[in-house]
Order: sequence, then structure tokens, then C-alpha cells
Amino acid sequence: MILLIIIGMSLVTMLPRMIPAFIVDKLQFRDWVNRWLNAIPYAALGALIFPGIMTVRPDQPHIGLLGGLVAIVLAFLGVNIILVVMAAIATVYVLT
Amino acid sequence: MAKAASRNNTSSIQMIQKGLACGFPIMVGYLPIAITYGVLAKQSGMSVSELTLMSVMVFAGASQFMGANMIAVGTGTIEIIIATFVLNFRHFVMSLSFMNRLRGIDLKWKLPLSMGLTDETFAVASLHTKEAKMEKGAWFYTVIILAAYLSWVIGSFIGGMLGEIIPDKLSQSMGIALYAMFIGLLIPSVKKELKVGGIAIIAMLIHALCVQVGMSTGWAIVLGTILGGMSGIVLLRGEET
Repeated sequence: MILLIIIGMSLVTMLPRMIPAFIVDKLQFRDWVNRWLNAIPYAALGALIFPGIMTVRPDQPHIGLLGGLVAIVLAFLGVNIILVVMAAIATVYVLT
Repeated sequence: MAKAASRNNTSSIQMIQKGLACGFPIMVGYLPIAITYGVLAKQSGMSVSELTLMSVMVFAGASQFMGANMIAVGTGTIEIIIATFVLNFRHFVMSLSFMNRLRGIDLKWKLPLSMGLTDETFAVASLHTKEAKMEKGAWFYTVIILAAYLSWVIGSFIGGMLGEIIPDKLSQSMGIALYAMFIGLLIPSVKKELKVGGIAIIAMLIHALCVQVGMSTGWAIVLGTILGGMSGIVLLRGEET
């Protein structure tokens, strides 16, 4: 039964990922569509960061926000991304 | 002839090294989360081989946590599959954007690359656009995705084998790791081009609004990404694309 669930989850995850590989070769996009698609990474990052970051500690949304703030400041200063991640983990660890 | 071959070799080795350097943060970020998934999935009654197989075949963190949870509480198969589809549909939009960047690359590369697309591999890969136009550039993306994939699968297996060993407080603090990584990826782009920060903030607000009106997280991220990305049609006008 679990095997069936895994196969089903795999299909509905993999097909949407794969379909664009086939269709971009068949289509030429207008400029505005290209600009839209080129903006997707930044939009996706935004939508992935917030409001989800507030659920790091669901009962205390400010903890995730503070961890995020530390990450923003360090990333802005040009600190290596691994250290940014570790500092954010440490912040949440200390605050809880 | 020999010269040309050796030049090609160097360039694929360079691409592999570059891919490892860019993929390393994902590996580091995935490992603790994959271990946590393994522990959780084991507790929800899956065997180590089942939970590892799920990582091999699905390779999508959030939906695997959700799937393990739903299996634990005895949700029906169809409901789990539909919930997974909704949660992972954002990858369709991301893949469309990523594949559009990889136009110069053969389908035999693009297809496996598309299968390894996650939030994290997409973010890292699509913030490095020039490799798509370079010779042997496909290696660069392949290595990023393989590194992330191996870290995810091996971490899941370790978590399933070890069971509950990470202190609760530490594993909860790890929850911020991927968010911090997304921030660490976004900020350098914002420093280079302030407008992309505007695109991100618009997407955040749309996501938050969708949640407010009662939409599920899956659809809220899809709409935030699609509609937030539309602001780029205006904001990125005149940019080199």
C-alpha cells in the first residue's frame, strides 16, 4: 500500500517537472514571456521565504523572523552562504 | 585533434568543480533535513527501504514530510497523492523558467535535469545563467542536482537507520536552514539589481494574501510565484535577458 502511495507521489511530482523540458523546444516565447520566466526565480524565492519563515516555531512567529533578519544582514555583508545558514540556526537555537 | 579533446576535458572538469562549489550549500542544508525526514518517516510506520525509496522517487522535501505525516494518521492513498500534486505543482512553473534558460542544451540532458528540480536546486541553478550558454555547461547543472539528490537520499537513509538521535531542540532549530539558504541566495541578486528584490516582495505579499483568504500553502506558493513573476514583465523591461 505504501509502495502505491510512493509511486503515485512520484508520478504527480515528476510529470509537472518533466513536461516543460519537452515544450520549450517546441515554442518560441515573446519577449514579455521571457521576462516573466526570468523573474520566476526571484518571485519563487520570495514566495518560499515569506510567510513560511514564521512557521519555524509556529507558536512564536517572531523567532523565525529574527533568524531571517540575521540571515539578511549577514548575506548583505557578503558572508558565505553556509555561515549565513549556520548563524540563522544558531539564532533560532538560542532564542528557543 | 588531441588538443581539442584535452580542451574539452578541461572545460567539463571545470564545470564539474564549479557545480560542486555551487551545490555544496544545498548538500549541507539538505543533510540535517533529510535525516529529520528519515526519523519522522520511520516513526510514522514506514520501513527504512520505503522511506528511502520515497526520497529516490519523489525527491521533494516538504511533500515527503507531509506524506509521512498523512501515512501516520492513516489518510487515504488518493488524498495523499492529490495533496502532493498541489504542493509540488510550483515545480512546473519553476521548470518552465529553468528549461527556457537551458534552450541551448540537448533534451537528453534537460530531461534528467528537470526531474531533479527542487526549490533549492532551481534557486541555485537559475541564479547561474551564463553556464547554460557555455560549452559543457550541462555538467554544471547536473553536478548541482546530483549533489543535492545524493545528500537527500543518503540523509533520509541515515535518519531512518538512526531513529531518534538528534535532540528535539536542535532539529527544530534546523527548520530555518532552508529559509536562510533562500535568503542567502536572494540577497546577492538584490544587491546587484534592486528590482529583483521588488519582485520577491510582491511574491511574498501575494502568498501571504492567498493564505489569508484561506488558500492552501501549495496553491499560495504557485500563485505567489506566477503573479509575482508577472511584475518582472514590467520591472525587467530593458534588462538583458
